Amino acid sequence: MALKITLITGRTINQGVSIENKTGQDYLKATACCELNSKNIGILGREPGSNVRVKTDYGEVVVTLKENEGNPDSIGFIPMGPWANAVVDPDTRGCGMPGFKGIPADVEVTDDKVLLMKELIAGYK
Amino acid sequence: MTVITDALCPFCGCLCDDISVVVEDNKIVDVKNACKIGASKIRGHHRIKSPMIRDDKNSDFKEVSYDEAIDKAAQILAGSKRALLYGWASALCEAHKKGILLAEELGAVIDNTATVCHAPSALAIHEKGVPTATLGQIKNRADVVIFWGCNPVHSHPRHMGRYSVFPRGFFSGKGRRGRKIIVVDVRKTNTAGIADEYVEIQQGSDYLIISALRAILSGHEDVVPESVGGVARKDLLRIAAILKEAKFGTLFFGMGLTQSKSRYKNIDNAISLVTELNSFNKFIMMPMRGHYNVTGFGQVCTWETGFATAVDFSSGAPYYNPGETAANDLLYRKEVDAAMIIAGDAGAHFPANSVRELAKIPVVQVDPYWNPTTEVANVVIPSAISGVELEGTAYRMDGVSLRMRKMIEPEHLADEEILDRLIARVREIRGE
Ligand code: SF4
Repeated sequence: MALKITLITGRTINQGVSIENKTGQDYLKATACCELNSKNIGILGREPGSNVRVKTDYGEVVVTLKENEGNPDSIGFIPMGPWANAVVDPDTRGCGMPGFKGIPADVEVTDDKVLLMKELIAGYK
Repeated sequence: MTVITDALCPFCGCLCDDISVVVEDNKIVDVKNACKIGASKIRGHHRIKSPMIRDDKNSDFKEVSYDEAIDKAAQILAGSKRALLYGWASALCEAHKKGILLAEELGAVIDNTATVCHAPSALAIHEKGVPTATLGQIKNRADVVIFWGCNPVHSHPRHMGRYSVFPRGFFSGKGRRGRKIIVVDVRKTNTAGIADEYVEIQQGSDYLIISALRAILSGHEDVVPESVGGVARKDLLRIAAILKEAKFGTLFFGMGLTQSKSRYKNIDNAISLVTELNSFNKFIMMPMRGHYNVTGFGQVCTWETGFATAVDFSSGAPYYNPGETAANDLLYRKEVDAAMIIAGDAGAHFPANSVRELAKIPVVQVDPYWNPTTEVANVVIPSAISGVELEGTAYRMDGVSLRMRKMIEPEHLADEEILDRLIARVREIRGE
């Protein structure tokens, strides 16, 4: 079953620490994840650390579930980076800025793996 | 062993200037005073060793000399009709100047990372101006500090310790105890965890909340409904009273305002709020600038072209119209026929749709590190790390210019030299 969320993307400290090392495992761990609160994770019926597919009108991406009790119900957060950007709104709405926050998204459980940075970008070529 | 004191951290817009590094055999072996992110950047990561080129983006790179890579890059740029020169936030102002010259030479569009960060703030500031201050003034005077749509615990880890929350200043001797901290956000961040007042709003309702606060402050609380954007009227009344009673208020704001639904209109409204607060007290505002020298690019570009970013030289004179000339506008409309990505990572930080477009056109990358932009590049020119291996000018988030110090000797070319050589070669090719 798909959980309907509003997706936001943004900075985290571990994303910052590994930002100059984007081929590394630490960057993947820091950014290829989706933070939801435990109640929302419960609705999906999976544990933190398992994989989910996040789908929007603009794309889909597989990331790891992470618990963050600071998120209100139905707010999902993916740290900024290639995985978040696979599903954000590219339209700049006439002012230069794409839609990185407030994107309606569906989250569903999956057994598919999280793509490595190189694999993800290879899909764009 | 050499110890360099009072060095500057080349990571975020705080530009902390109290860093000590220990150098042994041209290697940084210890970093003191920097936060986790700054220390990670200064200590360094795996680097691109050699210039590289390839024609087919699905094939492997071939290592070449700097001369060969710069020649290939110049061929690509000189042969383009509408090139995009993007990035610049991790480069020094001396390189920005050369980049703008190259854009003018090519008739290209030059844009920087603000385009996915605070460019909407620049747009709003152009319309209305902005009441602002330096971080020093804030440290010495601020008694009410709002963080709206920003999370400095994660993005600017020493901001609160050095400038905005904890330090004791000349007129703020009580430090944290003398300051009221308000956080407005859509989720309870770690920054919200240290606030006196946390105001949780519905995603995308910033404009409404700012308007409600303005209504209350102008004596029209009667028009404010029971709840606005998920915030109860009584809470808005309490927050408005705190803002009104401040002696020196400060509004720091981040991507929560610039990237949400109303984008630059959120900032426009926030400027009005802060301007109106100045009829009660002193109130200022400041964007939480991300990269350490993203502010510097805006400064250099403004004094060179009259505009802060997204400048189009195709008509021979600088033209600026975000929505039309910003990097993602151009990629969305598939207008660009070549790109140079320098000191910024469009491959990681642009929407997939824009990266797909970059994958279709010739791309030159100038950067110290292998990143998603490398994956879509044809020419890769490794560069020295500004602020670690090169000295030069950078601007802190409050617009104060500071001299970055060199900590170790570079093994790669400086951005400035790469740009000098590119400009010279482009002129040769176009003159032929
Ligand atoms: S707060 Fe910013 S400038 Fe200061 S040490 Fe951390 S990353 Fe560097």
